[in-house]
Formats: sequence, C-alpha cells, structure tokens
Amino acid sequence: MIKINKFIGPASLLALAVAAASPAIAKDYTQFGIQKDLPGTCSYEAIDAKDYSGRSLNVITHAIPVIGEPTALHAEQFAELTGAEVNVVHVPFGDLFQRIMIPFQSEQNAYDVLFYASLWIGDFNRFLEPVPQKYIDSTGMADVTDSFTGVATWNGQMIQYPMDGDRHYLKYRTDIFDNAEVQAKFLADTGSALTVPETWEDYNKVAAYFNDRDWDGDGELNYGSAEVAKRDDLMFSAFISRAAPYAKHPDVKGGFFFDLETMEPLINSPGFVRGLKLFVDAQKSFPPGGNNFGLGDEIFSFGGGQTLMSYSWDDAYVQANQADSRIRNMVAAAPLPGAGEVWNRDTGKWDTFATPNRAPYMTWGWSSAVSSMSEEQDMAFDFLCFFSNEANAKHDLQIGRFGVNPYRDEHLDVDFWKGQGWENKTAESYVSTLSDMEQSQNRVFDLRVPGVSQFMSSMANGVAEAMAGQKSAQEALDGVAKEWAEITDRIGKDRLREAYANVVKLEDNEG
Amino acid sequence: MLYGGRLPAPTNNLGKIIMLSSKHFFLLPALLTLVAIILFPLLFTVRVSFSSWDVFQSGLDFIGGSNYVRVFEDDRFWQSLQRLSLLSIISVSLQYTLGFALALAVWKQVRGGRLLRVLFLIPMMTTPVVMSVIWRTVFHESLGPVNDILSAFGIGPVPWLSSATGAFISVLIVEVWQWTPFMFLLLLAGLVSLPKEPYLAAAIDGAGTWRTFWQVTFPLMAPITIGALIIRLIEASKIMDTVYVLTSGGPGTATETSSYYIYIRGLRDFQIGYSAALSLVYLVIMIISLTIIAKLLLRMLVGRDE
Repeated sequence: MIKINKFIGPASLLALAVAAASPAIAKDYTQFGIQKDLPGTCSYEAIDAKDYSGRSLNVITHAIPVIGEPTALHAEQFAELTGAEVNVVHVPFGDLFQRIMIPFQSEQNAYDVLFYASLWIGDFNRFLEPVPQKYIDSTGMADVTDSFTGVATWNGQMIQYPMDGDRHYLKYRTDIFDNAEVQAKFLADTGSALTVPETWEDYNKVAAYFNDRDWDGDGELNYGSAEVAKRDDLMFSAFISRAAPYAKHPDVKGGFFFDLETMEPLINSPGFVRGLKLFVDAQKSFPPGGNNFGLGDEIFSFGGGQTLMSYSWDDAYVQANQADSRIRNMVAAAPLPGAGEVWNRDTGKWDTFATPNRAPYMTWGWSSAVSSMSEEQDMAFDFLCFFSNEANAKHDLQIGRFGVNPYRDEHLDVDFWKGQGWENKTAESYVSTLSDMEQSQNRVFDLRVPGVSQFMSSMANGVAEAMAGQKSAQEALDGVAKEWAEITDRIGKDRLREAYANVVKLEDNEG
Repeated sequence: MLYGGRLPAPTNNLGKIIMLSSKHFFLLPALLTLVAIILFPLLFTVRVSFSSWDVFQSGLDFIGGSNYVRVFEDDRFWQSLQRLSLLSIISVSLQYTLGFALALAVWKQVRGGRLLRVLFLIPMMTTPVVMSVIWRTVFHESLGPVNDILSAFGIGPVPWLSSATGAFISVLIVEVWQWTPFMFLLLLAGLVSLPKEPYLAAAIDGAGTWRTFWQVTFPLMAPITIGALIIRLIEASKIMDTVYVLTSGGPGTATETSSYYIYIRGLRDFQIGYSAALSLVYLVIMIISLTIIAKLLLRMLVGRDE
C-alpha cells in the first residue's frame, strides 16, 4: 500500500502567486517523467488546478509491474498535484476478482477506483458508477477507438473508463521470413513459398519446419512457436484466437460462444473442435516445456529470440523491440492466421473461403471503473481521467512492462512508434495490424457475462485435457459444453442471454 | 477459602450451583476462543454449503443438499482426491525413509554433525511458494539447469513439467525435498531420547547393527513414527502452494490435487457455496481416512489399537 500526502507549502503558494502575476506561460511538468504536458480535459495543468486536500481515494489494482506500476506512478502524481491522499492496493491476478467482488457483495465501500480485467464487466456492472457525461465528452475519450468504447459499455451506458486496448495478433521474425536464402531452402524442402501464415494450418506447418533448428546461428536450438498453453495462465485466450476463424462465420449472426436465441453452448461445434485439434498439433513445435508456458514464458521465449512465431498481446512485441533487445527491429506484426474452411451453424456445413476467413480477437485487456458505493466519485473520475490523459497514455505506451497498449486513434500512428526507435516495417506492420482489427466486421470479443470465470475455467480445463492427451478434442469440448449448460442453468438462462446480447451486439457490429 | 489446596465440598444445592458456575466462568475464555476460531468458521461453512452463493447470488439462501449431490457427481473432484492420496502416500513414505536414514546418520557421532543438522533443516525453513518458484526454474525444460546437466550425459531433454508423469514426479521431488527435514527432526529427537539399556542388552547378546535396528531401534521408535507419519499425512493432504506455482495442476489435470481444485472452484470461479460443500466432504473424508490409518499403524507397529 502506498500512502501519499501532500501539503501545499509556502513555496507552492509563492509559485502560484508568481504564476498569477506573470503572462500565460505553460507550466513545466517534466519532473513527473513526461516529455511535456499535452492539452486536454485532464492534463497536468487542469488537474493541478484542483484541490483535494484532506480527502482520500482507495484504489485496487494489479500487482507491479503490469498496470500496477502505472497505477502507483499516476496515484503519486495525482496526490502531488491535488493534495489528495491516494491509497493503492496491489493484488496478484489470481486474487484480484475475489478481492473486488467480496466487498461488493457484502456492501462494503472498500475501494473507490478499480483496475481489473475488462471481461469481468458482466459480473461487476451492477456495482459500477456510470461514467459522467463530462468525462464522456472529454478530449481523451473522444479519441478512444470504437472497439474500446464498446468494451467499456454495458446496456448502452459507459461504465468502464478506457485506459488500455488489447488484442491478439501474430508476431514473427522478419530476419528469417525475409531472408532470401531461407526462403529458397524452404521452397526446396517443402515445395511451397515461405510466407507469413494465412491460416492456422500454415502456421503449424511453418512452425514445424523451423522447429528444433539453430536458424539464427547463435549455437542454440530455436523453435517454431511460443504459445500461452498453461491451463490456468490465460490459455483460454490462446485457444479462442486459434478457434475463432473456424467458428466465427462472417455471415452467421447471433453468437459465437452461445446461440443467443437458445443459449445452447457452441463450444463443442466443429469449428471449435478444429481449432483445438490444431492447437494440440502445434505442441510439437513448442520449445521444450512449451505446453507449460504461461504468458511470462511466452514473452520471454519470443521476445528473447528463442522462437520464430508467437501470438498474444503486445507485451512480447514491445519487449522484442526495446533498445536492449537482441532482436530489435527483426520482428513484425500480422493479423492472426485465418481459416480456409469455416463452420456454418445455420447450414450445418463447412463453407470454403478462397481468401482465408479472419476473426480478430479483441482480447479483454485492462479497464478501470468507479464503485457506485464510493463517496469520492468526483475525485475518482478525475483520477481516472488524469491516469489516461494524453501525456500519461503516450508515456505508458512506451514502457512494455506497464501493460498499457494502444486504445486511441492517435496511438495508431506509425511516426509515434518510429520515434521509439522502431524501423519502418516493425512500426508499419504493428500499426496496420491493429488498425485493420478496428475495421474488421468479423471480430470476436470475450464472453462478458456473469460467471465468465466459471466458463473460461471450464473451457481451459477441457482444452488442457486435450493438450495433455487425456481426451480427444471432441470429447474434451463435449465435456466443456456439458459444464457450460450446467453453469447456464445455475446462473439463469435469461440473465445470461441479456448479458450476452451485449457481446453479440459488438460482434455483429450493431453497437 | 482454601483448605490444604483443595476446595471444600459444597454442602447444599446453592453451593453446588455456585461451584459449577465458577468452574464454567474459568472455562469461558478457552471456550470463547474455541468458538471463535474453530466452531464459528466450521458452522458458517456448513451453512454456506447449503446455499447457492456464487458470483451472482450473494445471499445465504437455502438450496438443500444440491451442492452435496453435485459433489458426488463431480468426477474431477474424486480424481483429484485419488491423485492426492497417491501423492501423499508416496511422498510421506519417501520422507520417512530418508528422514530416518539421515537421523540415524547424525544420531551417531559423525564429523560435522552439527553443521549437517542445520543444513538438513534449511529446506523446511524456506517458504513453499518461493521454493516452488525456484524449483520451477530448475525444472524449466529449455532454460533450466537440470536438463542442461543431463544433456551433458546425453540424457534428455526430460519433460519435467510438460508430461503427466514428469510433472507428478516433479511435485513429488519438491515435496520430499521440502519436508524430509521435518521427519528428520522428529525422528532424531526420538532417537536421542531412547533408553541405553536395550542397546547394552543387544550388544551382550551379540546382535549386529542390522538386527539391533530391526529388533531394538525400530520398535522403540514406533510411537514417534506413528506421530510423525500422521502429522505429515495431514500436512501432505493439504498440498496446494507447490502445485499452484509449479504446475497449476497440469498438464491437463495430471497434478491437480483436492485443495487446488477447491481453490479453483471457490476463489477463481467464485462458487462459494459449492466450494464450501467440497471442503466439508473433503474434511470428513480426511478425518475418517486418517483415523483408520492411525489405527492400522498402531496395530502394525505397536500391536494394539489404543
């Protein structure tokens, strides 16, 4: 817990007096670690003008560094600027949900501000204060992409404050894919050209070819693919990425995980089963122990140059391109592989696509909110507005370990990333991949319904059983579908349908 | 007034009542502590287990025995219990064998005996979570030192954490490494307190080392052995932190133990009512099975039930 107190001293008063007497000169806030204060509703200057002395704010967030570190940093800055006392509690991811939910359920006003995984909106929405109109009209909010405005919205009302934008995409080594000698050898050995994988079948094939070889010539073996495959470490997101193009048909509306009308689980439909079979098959191209890789291992493996390809959040990409990385500017981004055949649940048949079907996965990510029980809501929203102001957002994006990724249109600017030392292809492929996902009409979002943890935990267990060879892909997903039906019965079909309609609206581009 | 350190016998009914009340009064602090730390949580858990408290339903409603019916139909829970039993029996047996061997080695005068005693205790004194993180690094299949060393002998890479058998053995190794010192400590204390006469008698009778061990040391150590085994079985059956950090119950469900499964259902999935039912069923099974094991050990090692 960090306690920060600020008392405006004589020096500050003197400074204020001098400032009032002088012509309008922009104040210097570089001592806070930013390059410069940027104009906006909640800029440093705007927040500096507020006085919250004698008031305190309780904030719960993730452990340091991911999101926890920027929370601590901006809490300290907010306290210095406004005189407020800001108490920050850091909690490991595995405990975060229950640490927020238990006070909510027992009606204790434990925290004013909450940072958490955005997919929990289905569980938390009852306890969150809608974002006031003046913040919705703020400069920072106006630039948030449509996807992440949608992620923050529940039943037409914005109840989460956007401060991060996450999605899964493909990352690959350009020094191998663009190498003429390697391309020629690949063609000679396999009979096909070496290209960035268009389908998951291609991905597995390329990964298998480059597995167990020292293709970067450093004397150590390299491997084909690093994936988050550890059961209780966000593996559910990796599986959704792999299954999405086979199960999300662009012409079939009304639900990806469930049939919205009947609320029958679709998780054991042929599209998901195909995705799982390919996930199981991919294990042979993992580094040793790769089927026990959590997110940290995946970042370390790809970011450290051990593997040829990977897909997950931005962290591995940013890490690979940091100044001290030995593979800096040797990586590029691309859309997640697609599928040549897509399951059509309306016709009960596989449809063939000449151009592979893509189904970009807008993978949850972090969000923030203010508790409806908070007695400091004005200050709490000011804090969130300050946290994500223009200068702070740009600062946080540049530090991989902070876990803040592009969520505003201005963040999707090639020049900004080139300014971080990224070369043309690295920056352009990154920006174009993320921008294209924003434009896609066939996106997949998380299952943002009450009890999402139960659904995802059940799915992860089924997938893990198939990955470990304990069950076939079909058997494992049949077991998951059975559990999902039981969870649906327990939580209530109508309640779930009402919540799931929010997700379907996003996926079907209706809201 | 006290007479010779004893309370006088009350002569009438009022006196008896006052006597009884004062006895209860002195028992009250202990009783209240017992209620606060044992009975209340236990009774509250029983009450919660008959509710549907989960992520959406937060009140203590009453749903009868539905959660218990669900427990008996939950294959994953019963499989985790079987896995736990196997893990506990193997790990405690190994801990006992190694702990006894080490205690015997240090019991007799050996050079550096004091240093060895301290060294043997280090694993037990470390935090399980911290040690599990270190062991996870040690067992890392592409970057860890174990496979590196084995590869120098042309072995491997061994799938320590990514195969069902490897992960089970890895958990077993960490458990044995961490808790053998506990066995060592208890058994050494027992050995030190053994009487010398039986050994003199054995020596006069010409018994060799092996015969002295089986016919003198081992029987004399039986009460300590039973205590040590039961304590360790109770502790081993609660294994959670090592599994959580080392394997997260995987690959698949290969190392998922009952405690870890209850943790997933309760704190990850937030099925509070159901996890309370799981906990109570688990508690009852543990009480019954450990009572049976204790009786069997008594009969085997001491030759009587009490």
